[in-house]
Amino acid sequence: MVAEVFATPDEAIADVPDGASIMFGGFVSAGTPSNLILALQRLGTRGHTAIANNIGLGDKLDELCEDFQLAHVIATFAIRASSGRGSRFEEQYRAGDVTLELVPQGTFAERIRAGGAGLGGVLTPTGLGTVVAEHKPEMEIDGERYLLERPLRADYAFLKAYRADRLGNLEYRAAGRNFNPLMATAAETVIAEVEEIVEPGEIDPERVGTPAVYVDRVVRCDPIEVRWDG
Amino acid sequence: MAETPVGIPRDLIALRVARELRAGMVVNLGIGLPTQVANHLEPGVDVLFQAENGILGYGAILDEDFDPDVINAGGQPVALREGASFFDSADSFAMIRGGHVDVAVLGGLQVSARGDLANWSVPERGGGSIGGAMDLAVGARRLIVAMEHRTRDGAPRIVRECAYPLTAPACVDLIVTDLAVIEVTPGGLVLREVAPGVTAGEVQAVTEPAVEISPDLAEMQLSVNMPPAS
Repeated sequence: MVAEVFATPDEAIADVPDGASIMFGGFVSAGTPSNLILALQRLGTRGHTAIANNIGLGDKLDELCEDFQLAHVIATFAIRASSGRGSRFEEQYRAGDVTLELVPQGTFAERIRAGGAGLGGVLTPTGLGTVVAEHKPEMEIDGERYLLERPLRADYAFLKAYRADRLGNLEYRAAGRNFNPLMATAAETVIAEVEEIVEPGEIDPERVGTPAVYVDRVVRCDPIEVRWDG
Repeated sequence: MAETPVGIPRDLIALRVARELRAGMVVNLGIGLPTQVANHLEPGVDVLFQAENGILGYGAILDEDFDPDVINAGGQPVALREGASFFDSADSFAMIRGGHVDVAVLGGLQVSARGDLANWSVPERGGGSIGGAMDLAVGARRLIVAMEHRTRDGAPRIVRECAYPLTAPACVDLIVTDLAVIEVTPGGLVLREVAPGVTAGEVQAVTEPAVEISPDLAEMQLSVNMPPAS
């Protein structure tokens, strides 16, 4: 199936139901689908599981907490260990309104990759001897110990890329890749906001970062600047 | 408490860490104090800085010309060096976990006598942010921790056993603080260097486990008139 082109981010995400799990690409300002996130805020659905590298670092994801839209967050970076300004997410986490699963970043990437690639999990040494290893099986392979981490999938993935063609091929720029190409493989419905939509053939096949097979919907949006000032 | 030794400022901790880096190394700098290490490279020491959000070969932190897709792992805009490359998060952590990063420099909350590191969560605050720290602690070939020797309340950060949740057990190779340079060896902690004006006895007094004094104990060499790395 080729991708469907939508006119607005609101239309692109209009069928997201309450309780849906959603992956959000991006790393702070880079490759973050802020237009889709703000459309979800306008949609007003609740009870979501958000799967994202970070929340509360000046990102729009934190604004989903304004109306208590998130029930559970799976992230690598959520609450600073040292003192620092708090986020809405942090307030709601402390109040028990939202739960958090913290995942090491490399494990986060590989769990999503496994989820999208039809693999049953990942064996990693990361997290051994820490709270991350609690209640997880450990295995010894060729004399080395590893932790078994389960695959991650979601109902939706919200992505940001530089350009798309009408088939859904995505081109990224710079460090805007991060988790986007991984998440593109690991959700039932994959929606990408892009800065430009072009005709098939206009993106050099060598520059396609996510092949069209993974992408269901694309929408052109002016990027929204996200900046984390620590 | 007896006489409180006065240590070197944070930028000199970063400068001392920079002296550990050699031309051609691949180096990952953690968020916070370690970020400053990039500003203290000696002329001619060309290292490849890896940012886990997907850049190998970034340069100085920029104050203007913000490009949201060209940032370091702390979200700061950075310049690109010639020969830089971009990649997604799975590739990034293949570099880190797969042993392709020569040195990681991380901040610390506590380091134990056998080199356990705790740096992602303060239990009283709850939550925390693992980010890339657990993968870096497990995968980097050499791990340097850069931190203040004591907490703001004067308590030792180098302890017999970490009370805070671990990042990884037995992972630290070198500790650089405002007071000392301490190597973690199979036999325990070895004091290699002291800050100017600080004695070995003063370092031991604010370090919980016993520290063996190296027969080659030296004063930290901190020449400050170095031009900033480009």
